[in-house]
Amino acid sequence: MTDQTKTGNAARQEWMGLLARAPEEELIALLDEIGALPRFQWIRHPEVGGVMVRGRIGGTGAPFNLGEMTITRCSLALQDGTVGHGYVQGRSKRKAEKAALVDALMQTDAAGDVRARVIAPLGQQMQTAKTTRAAKAAATKVEFFTMVRGED
Amino acid sequence: MIVQNQFSGGFQNAPIEAAHAFRAAMTVMARPGEIRRIIGTHPPAPLSVVAGTLLLTLCDPDTSVFLAGEVDTNVVRQWLTFHTGAPLVTADQADFAIGTWQALMPLGQFRIGTPEYPDRSATLIVECDDLNQAGAMLTGPGIKGVARLSLPDIPMLQTNAALYPLGCDFFFTCGDKVAALPRSTQIKAEG
Amino acid sequence: MYVAVKGGEKAIENAHAWLAEERRGATDVAELSIAQIREQLSLAVNRVMAEGSLFDPDLAALAIKQARGDLIEAIFLIRAYRTTLPRFGYTNPVKTDRMACDRRISATFKDAPGGQVLGPTFDYTHRLLDFKLAAEGEVPPSPKGQPRTDPVPHIADFLKDEDIIQDEPASDDAPADLTRQPMEFPAGRPLRLQSLARGDEGFVLGMAYSTQRGYARNHAFVGELRIGKVAVEMDIPELGFAIEIGEVELTECETVNQFKGSKTEPPQFTRGYGLVFGQSERKSIAMALVDRALRWQELGEDNLGAPAQDEEFVLSHADNIQATGFLEHIKLPHYVDFQSELELVRKLRRDAEARTTPQEAAE
Repeated sequence: MTDQTKTGNAARQEWMGLLARAPEEELIALLDEIGALPRFQWIRHPEVGGVMVRGRIGGTGAPFNLGEMTITRCSLALQDGTVGHGYVQGRSKRKAEKAALVDALMQTDAAGDVRARVIAPLGQQMQTAKTTRAAKAAATKVEFFTMVRGED
Repeated sequence: MIVQNQFSGGFQNAPIEAAHAFRAAMTVMARPGEIRRIIGTHPPAPLSVVAGTLLLTLCDPDTSVFLAGEVDTNVVRQWLTFHTGAPLVTADQADFAIGTWQALMPLGQFRIGTPEYPDRSATLIVECDDLNQAGAMLTGPGIKGVARLSLPDIPMLQTNAALYPLGCDFFFTCGDKVAALPRSTQIKAEG
Repeated sequence: MYVAVKGGEKAIENAHAWLAEERRGATDVAELSIAQIREQLSLAVNRVMAEGSLFDPDLAALAIKQARGDLIEAIFLIRAYRTTLPRFGYTNPVKTDRMACDRRISATFKDAPGGQVLGPTFDYTHRLLDFKLAAEGEVPPSPKGQPRTDPVPHIADFLKDEDIIQDEPASDDAPADLTRQPMEFPAGRPLRLQSLARGDEGFVLGMAYSTQRGYARNHAFVGELRIGKVAVEMDIPELGFAIEIGEVELTECETVNQFKGSKTEPPQFTRGYGLVFGQSERKSIAMALVDRALRWQELGEDNLGAPAQDEEFVLSHADNIQATGFLEHIKLPHYVDFQSELELVRKLRRDAEARTTPQEAAE
């Protein structure tokens, strides 16, 4: 694998992960602002399924099966042949379709525009939500005060 | 617009088409010697339409598959993995195996189940040059009187039947036609 | 005598209609939405996800609504639903050391790196009913501190650096999955943890409590308890690399237990592990205690005959859907079974009477 594909994979990994976790309404609102989306052909129609989530004993040891979560996936091809895959958490076929479309567009000349108008704002919104939660957690961090120190 | 790529050729309407294929697969397994036609997928060569459709109907990430001989190509691997997620394994670990009879041999390398779990055995999908209701005489469960089916190797399949309740089960595929031979069927050479 | 009966369709239909009406309750009270249940009864939702063994808050909320708040019935609905889902695969093990922690406490180290973060806990509430909640009203936003983004290491890592706690060596062995193959004994630790993670909270709690009261006591400290979100990653075959497919909220508990050592092991601490979907603190601590109790053989401890040491007993009875299914089925018609029992007892009675009568006559 060349360095270029490695970088390509890392970037794709990032936007696909973001799309998987993104709130559906926000993703669709941002896509609506872009306007007309390209035509595509299904390779795999959206389907809802489960994946078995694994943990590790003690966080570091042997893996075990914790329980399942729902995901929805689909694959499509743009007219120029670019293939987009959508893997999103939950049971929304609409969200999976949009995620696959964005994945495909991000591999085309439209990537810059889609990154600026969809990926970046989505990432920012999700980061803000995460930071807000971290800030609330930080406010509940215990500060200890020494009340009495024993004499030697 | 028709875009062809390495993932093309799956079911167009999976729930319906897979249900039809599954029904046909069950019917032929329940009635050894009966031949049904199954379509729905366009698998990469050298897989037959019926073998590709059977694989997409029966396999998922929990069923391991052994690709024997000429069907073990990169294109087939990619196609099967995309559509089923089935892990590709060696013959001795396979739940399903696909290939020509020669490529699949020796039969002894496949799992035959255990007395506690006879179902933990391999099902072989055998690609055949022709498939018709002639040749070996079949009797047993699911057969009214006697059925006939063209079989690749009668002595070998008789040995498998003798292992009952253990042993392998078989689908025979040719173009869009499928027939089956469960381990419970008694086989006699043409008489 | 076999008597086949049918009937009751009309009665069943009407019972369902009445059930729907009772579920709705008084119509002058606003109907609950799924979002309200998901947001405002989130710990019930968490329990249904954990024991239903399916992470999907909206589905769990729907199940709670449909089950009229009967959580075991809701778990039943989720278990039934999950069997209809095609299994797309298995994720990579979640990395809990990268958890975005809402809560993270240690009962063993006051100054644990990363700090003691209380999170939205009931712990220091007075357990007095708050009648203000009976009136409607918005709550003010909670205070914010300086958010931290640096990783929060596991407490066990520090003990491991000193080589004074048992190691948990990584492996890539594919674990057994009880949703795919029937459980066999001895089950092994990965299968035990899967079974406990989806086990009934009350049962696991009771088992854990029994170890604290002295039935195979193992002196547990909560080394660490953390709650938060972790990313879930899965290998996607058509891509050839792994991507994040979502994130789940988890509660993780690791206990630190005394261990006096054995012939092969020097004295050191040992560990019990609990990991549960959602914010499920009680369950994860209980799971860690039971996990530790079940490890007696592996650690060369004595079998004290305690229930919590008995793998077959614990794992076979932890599942509330199996338990309730078998328990509740006895209320369904058993007319034929009972007829045969009735015939048998009548016959025994007749035989017994026949035996005593000649005896009495002889006397």
